[in-house]
Amino acid sequence: MTDAAAHATQPGRSVRRGPIARLRHSKTAQSYALLAPSLLVLVIGVVIPFLILLAMSFWTRQGFEFDTTMTTANYARTMDEPIFGAFLMRSFWVSGIATVATVLLCYPMAYYVAFHVHSRKMLWIVLMTLPFWTSYLLRVFAWKVILGYEGVINASLLGMGMIEKPLEFLLYSQTAVVITLAHAWAAFAILPMYVSLEKIDRSLLEAAADLGDGPVLRFLRITLPLSMPGVIAASFLIFIPTTGDYITPALLGGPDGAMIGNLIQLQFGAVNNWPMGAALSIVLMAWIAAIGLVFLFVTRRAQRMAA
Amino acid sequence: MSKGTYIARPNRTLQIYACLFLIVLYTPVLFIPLFSFNDSIYVRFPLTGFTTNWYVDLMSRQSVWHAMWNSIRVGVFVSIVSTILGVMAARAITRRKLPGQNAIIGFVMLPLVIPGIIFGVALLVLLSRMGVTLSLNTVALGHLIVCMPFSVATLLPRFEGMDRSMEEASADLGENGWWTFWRVTFPLVLPGIIASLLLTFTVSFDEFIMAFFLSSTDSTLPMYIWSQLRFPREFPTILALSSLILMVSFALVFVALWINRMGLNDEDALS
Amino acid sequence: MAQSNPIISIQQVGKSYGAFRAIEDISLDIEHGEFFSLLGASGCGKTTLLRMLAGLEDVTDGEILIDGAPMSGVPPFRRPVNMVFQSYAIFPHLNVADNIGYGLRKQRLPKDKRNEMIDEMLSLVMLEGYGDRRANQLSGGQRQRIALARALIMKPKVLLLDEPLGALDKQLREQMQLELRRLQQTLGITFVFVTHDQEEALTLSDRIAVMSGGDVLQMDTPTGLYERPRNRQIASFIGNMNFMDGKVMSRDGAMASVRIDGIGNLDVLAEGTALCEGDRACVAIRPEKLSVHTSKPESGQMIEGTVEMMTYLGERSHLHIRVPGLDRPLAISVQNSTIQTGAEDKASRPVWLTWSNGALITLKGE
Repeated sequence: MTDAAAHATQPGRSVRRGPIARLRHSKTAQSYALLAPSLLVLVIGVVIPFLILLAMSFWTRQGFEFDTTMTTANYARTMDEPIFGAFLMRSFWVSGIATVATVLLCYPMAYYVAFHVHSRKMLWIVLMTLPFWTSYLLRVFAWKVILGYEGVINASLLGMGMIEKPLEFLLYSQTAVVITLAHAWAAFAILPMYVSLEKIDRSLLEAAADLGDGPVLRFLRITLPLSMPGVIAASFLIFIPTTGDYITPALLGGPDGAMIGNLIQLQFGAVNNWPMGAALSIVLMAWIAAIGLVFLFVTRRAQRMAA
Repeated sequence: MSKGTYIARPNRTLQIYACLFLIVLYTPVLFIPLFSFNDSIYVRFPLTGFTTNWYVDLMSRQSVWHAMWNSIRVGVFVSIVSTILGVMAARAITRRKLPGQNAIIGFVMLPLVIPGIIFGVALLVLLSRMGVTLSLNTVALGHLIVCMPFSVATLLPRFEGMDRSMEEASADLGENGWWTFWRVTFPLVLPGIIASLLLTFTVSFDEFIMAFFLSSTDSTLPMYIWSQLRFPREFPTILALSSLILMVSFALVFVALWINRMGLNDEDALS
Repeated sequence: MAQSNPIISIQQVGKSYGAFRAIEDISLDIEHGEFFSLLGASGCGKTTLLRMLAGLEDVTDGEILIDGAPMSGVPPFRRPVNMVFQSYAIFPHLNVADNIGYGLRKQRLPKDKRNEMIDEMLSLVMLEGYGDRRANQLSGGQRQRIALARALIMKPKVLLLDEPLGALDKQLREQMQLELRRLQQTLGITFVFVTHDQEEALTLSDRIAVMSGGDVLQMDTPTGLYERPRNRQIASFIGNMNFMDGKVMSRDGAMASVRIDGIGNLDVLAEGTALCEGDRACVAIRPEKLSVHTSKPESGQMIEGTVEMMTYLGERSHLHIRVPGLDRPLAISVQNSTIQTGAEDKASRPVWLTWSNGALITLKGE
């Protein structure tokens, strides 16, 4: 009450605070104060490292030190030496197939839980996403067990007499990587698509049925278009992280299935050319951003044309 | 949604698909425990014999216990810190519309979308330039970056779903900011806090990429597994270890997700 | 009233949200022990004003005094007022007793004293024995009473109620209205009540402030608002009203003569208006104050017309009378105990309308 009592209580005159007191009481300032530690962590853990990474990509290695004179030599190498381009393209290709496969296979599942599960939806969602919360390393490992030379698939097929020699292409190949990626990232696909499908107003479908559309038409004309945001989100959520994946290609990619992530890791490991690794990372991010923007642009265009 | 409505008619094909899907989703992971009981170094199908040797061998290894203890220490630290930060951030964001809050949320969620290797590499570069030696502490920092999206994503809906007039009522009845938080806000978001603690612990415990880049020789359990993978003889023991980790992770996550849904959606909760 | 000072004094209060002006320079006083209502449509600012009294919104201009003490800078948890929220805001993690006793923590009462007070409240709102129940398992009406008890146990100087009955169905609402009024009169606490239901405001209040667009249009007793609305907006907001536009022909003290096209000259009560000869005026009369006759009366002022439509409403009927010269029909409201049977065949029959002295009021013309 001291604030109020100190000021004249003439009608029409509200309490005037000094700027410091105003800041202290301002709810917005308080909110920013709460956010401050998180932002600090993000700045230390994300912003500054990225800036240094960017800087380092312009340096060159010199023995155990770095020659910090700015040069675009590393970037030139990524464009000149075919290996880098090849690995990038292969990574996008593998991720792309994995993304398409995952989205296609998971959509019916998301649809099922959204439209055909009436009680205990939460249980289904928990069941679908549970595997995702466990170790990525172990899940990739599991596929090694399945796809291996003496793994489950080969052993069963051999045992049933369907093949004579173990299938070679299963492990240490691009196929292995695609299968494993699709399986491992399924949960990331299901959730956004489920949310999108769940939000669709059922009365729209009832109206369509009333106006003469059968189930297939209803799906194509109403459900599918309205669930597109979820499909797009799912695609992004799978494509972007998988392009830079390291574990899967390392464990079961073999030479054919190695991806850009392995190349980057080598630069920081055996090859010990950190600036090159930094440059590759930046290039990867730039490509991801570009692909993402193109994709967004195309889908916006398509939406506008459809409307 | 009633069961008898036309739109929600049951669909046989989809039901079968859904069941198959779940089977395919879980089976690969279930093979690990399966073969961990196999009486052979080689992964052969069918199983040659049943044994618990590998588990016994596991228990006797000092390095395993040591790595597990490291993982637990890092996990506890990361889960507590990321949950506290998540609570503060979620509170700040839901209190009132802040300018730039969408950018901040997007920023926090970045680790979920950008390949982990880039974060690992970037942090490695920063730490080496600063002259910081790699250790469990650096791993913890890396894990913090990776776990914060999970804690914020778990807590944000909790805070958003809370009726603001509860806090106003508490203020109206005589409680200041702190007391209102402890008596009203905290109990209401507690399920979210517990879920965040359990989830971020699990994420940190299982995390590999950051540990790979940011740790020294004294490292976490996933790193131990990785280091043993190049020895084929160690395969079954690794399978045994992985099975144990899988079971614990599954249990923790299941409990976390179960707790979190309490109070969020009453009709689902009651069914 | 022992005290002469108002318990709440709102002095030239204004509220802006950025560029948007939500409340525009309002001044009014609320007396001790009053049941005071803020009435208006959604968005008129009544809830904002209430929240400013509670301290949940800041005052942009002006001053609010509660029991003589200025409230600027005083946070809600230090004000001598308590609020019943529109959503009730019952704490789901506490049982009924703990909800009601929530605000007692700061008083650090011994346990039995606290329980005694809670039990007292439970019987006051007729929820004896419900103390141990989980609060969010109860019905809307029960939760509303818990919210009430929770606020009243604090013995506030003023109780603020934000549309507390809006979520209840009609019968329950009417029941609660009576209970609220009874409670207020028993306890003698000042109630400030926000509602958009004008019938509710008329039933419960000692005085009403009608609000629109952030302003107070008129503040008066229910009778005052109903019988002597200050302008056309208020007149049509509260209850139904017939309007006839015309021109003032002459003014003689309290009376005036207004000419309405198609009807002729009417003698009206113009006391309190500033209307003079030549001004445009609007003559208004409530539907229930017009009497309908099937044969032309001997003498007195009258209006002639034909029955256009009749609506049956149970205890009363509404008649719409077409009068030549008026572009809208006049609405009459008659009790069905007085209407003659066979009224259906009165359609298109000529009727004559009369009224008692002083039933016609004049408003400023448009």
